[in-house]
Amino acid sequence: MKKSLTPWLCLLPAILFLGVFMVYPLIDVLVYSAEEGYNFASQSFWSVGLYNYSYVLHDPFFIQALKNTFIIVIITVPLSTGIALLISLGLSSIKALRDLFQTVYFLPYVTNTLAVGLVFMILFKKTAYSDGLVSLLIQTFGGPSVDFIDGPYWAKMFVMCFYTIWIVMPFKILILTSALASVDPVYYKAAQVDATPKWRVFTKITLPMISPMVFYLVITGFIGAFKAYSDEVALFGTNLNAAGMNTIVGYVYDMLYGDSGGYPSYASAAALILFAIVFTITTINLMVSRKTVYYQ
Amino acid sequence: MKIVLKHLTKRFPNRNKKIKEDVIAVNDFDFTIPDGKFIGLLGPSGCGKSTALNLICGLEKPTEGRIFFGDTDVTDVAVEERGVGLVFQNYALYPHLTVYENIKFPLGNLRGADKLTKEEMDKRVREAAKLVQIDELLERRPNEMSGGQQQRVAIARALVKNPKVLLLDEPLSNLDARLRLQTREELKRIQLKTGITTVFVTHDQEEAMSISDVIVVMKDGILQQMGEPQEIYDEPANLFVASFLGTPQINVFNGRIKDEKVYIGDSAVMDAKGQPDREVSVAVRPEGFILDENGTLECEFVNREVMGRDTSFIVTHPDFTGVNIRAIIASDETYEVKDGKVRFSLKPHKVRIFDKSTTERVKL
Repeated sequence: MKKSLTPWLCLLPAILFLGVFMVYPLIDVLVYSAEEGYNFASQSFWSVGLYNYSYVLHDPFFIQALKNTFIIVIITVPLSTGIALLISLGLSSIKALRDLFQTVYFLPYVTNTLAVGLVFMILFKKTAYSDGLVSLLIQTFGGPSVDFIDGPYWAKMFVMCFYTIWIVMPFKILILTSALASVDPVYYKAAQVDATPKWRVFTKITLPMISPMVFYLVITGFIGAFKAYSDEVALFGTNLNAAGMNTIVGYVYDMLYGDSGGYPSYASAAALILFAIVFTITTINLMVSRKTVYYQ
Repeated sequence: MKIVLKHLTKRFPNRNKKIKEDVIAVNDFDFTIPDGKFIGLLGPSGCGKSTALNLICGLEKPTEGRIFFGDTDVTDVAVEERGVGLVFQNYALYPHLTVYENIKFPLGNLRGADKLTKEEMDKRVREAAKLVQIDELLERRPNEMSGGQQQRVAIARALVKNPKVLLLDEPLSNLDARLRLQTREELKRIQLKTGITTVFVTHDQEEAMSISDVIVVMKDGILQQMGEPQEIYDEPANLFVASFLGTPQINVFNGRIKDEKVYIGDSAVMDAKGQPDREVSVAVRPEGFILDENGTLECEFVNREVMGRDTSFIVTHPDFTGVNIRAIIASDETYEVKDGKVRFSLKPHKVRIFDKSTTERVKL
């Protein structure tokens, strides 16, 4: 008896924490999302059903948030991974100043978000005193004055994606440079003896060898981009609906605490819809990876 | 295709930056590797034999000297265009590709006029696989194969593009003892069948002796001797070659030549006609000892190891340079050890004399 109790006692702290902060909230979200007309103050609801889902899916703000999130995901994940791969390849093929460049590329990772936001404001925000550096640059080449923060949708989306890519890049570069460094150079020698063209070395040797790491970055990149919220706030402030730049997580937050807040049922339904989307995408990712990713 | 090395030298800057002097990995190699032969580059680790191989391959550029394949100077030809097949020590098979894809890989690199159709590639791959007898395993991945099989795949991959020269870097060092024996016969068979000039690097003298047509012995970047295995064993050019080849090792005594006789201690073991008096090293192959009650060489008996076919007498002698002398005697000879002493006479053709200071061979 005592013997079988000990392992459970050892596990108890973890189980307690996981139960209170993971399992219970998960179940709670499910319950909330099914309670129609839930009132936070009176803790009462009318009935049980799928109305909350229907409401959320018909809410134009949610549709806008869904659209924004998908655009961010589709643009930033492939672009950031691709650019990070290019930079890592560059880094691993130079000898001089390599450490310097590595540090420079890693700087965004350790830079304070507020400082980054400030720099982006200087670059992109139109104020009474200045049009923003980028806008001024465009004007010197004869283009129109563009307000990237309060202007047209495409301009805001451009800044958003630019910011996201810039923020996630250092981590990807770090992972990919170490993945590239871990490829045994003897394979490159073997390829060289066989007169393998550079592009073929990359596609047939380098890429398959680092494919587990690329795959890891794609999966975490997808999940991270679907959960985008704080970066949007850093650029466009807390009223994302007004800016038309809300995301799914932003919508969930607004439903809970925003001006229109106090609707945990709608928030839960939206959160579960996000979960379903992430789950589907990750499953597809895993299925694709089974054919393309090589594990040693 | 014969390979001609002309005053080939490779110097590396010293790793230890305090030492300004360069490390000379290959020092003035000047010899010809005959066409269609199996050449063993033999030497202790760090002697520059792998560098020599890399120079022939083109992975390293020589500091001085030229390399010719046949009559063509290939010194400045890049490794890609040199047309060599190289088998790496750890095989370097692409782990994510099947055996078939691995062997096909070099063919996929051919461009322009050399470009092959799918059918031609398939034919070449299957021929190469058949030659090394792995045609049953084409769908496997390298990690699903034994070391010996991987080694065959590596050879097939090196041969599939019909190279002018096949280079093997320590081809057997990653295999266990039994597989090593089997694979070296296999290597020999493949080489004989293809007739391709093959150079291989090894630190294992037994390996080199058993499959090479010609052995090149080197030490500290310097060529010590080049010749057929038996010739190098029987007529070593210096003390290093004598002690490096042969297991058990040759037994080296401090001796001297006096009055045209070779002495170990006080005992004259053989004649040295016309030789001036001097200090020498007397090296005796283990099989050069004859048990002889009237023999001149008296040794302290230590132990007797019975091997079945023959018996090793482990003995000591005050003028021996090592710890124990090993003398191999046919098992049918009987001998009684008296008072812990054993007496030998020596077979003159198994005894080689080397100058004490230069370690060069003294021909009697």
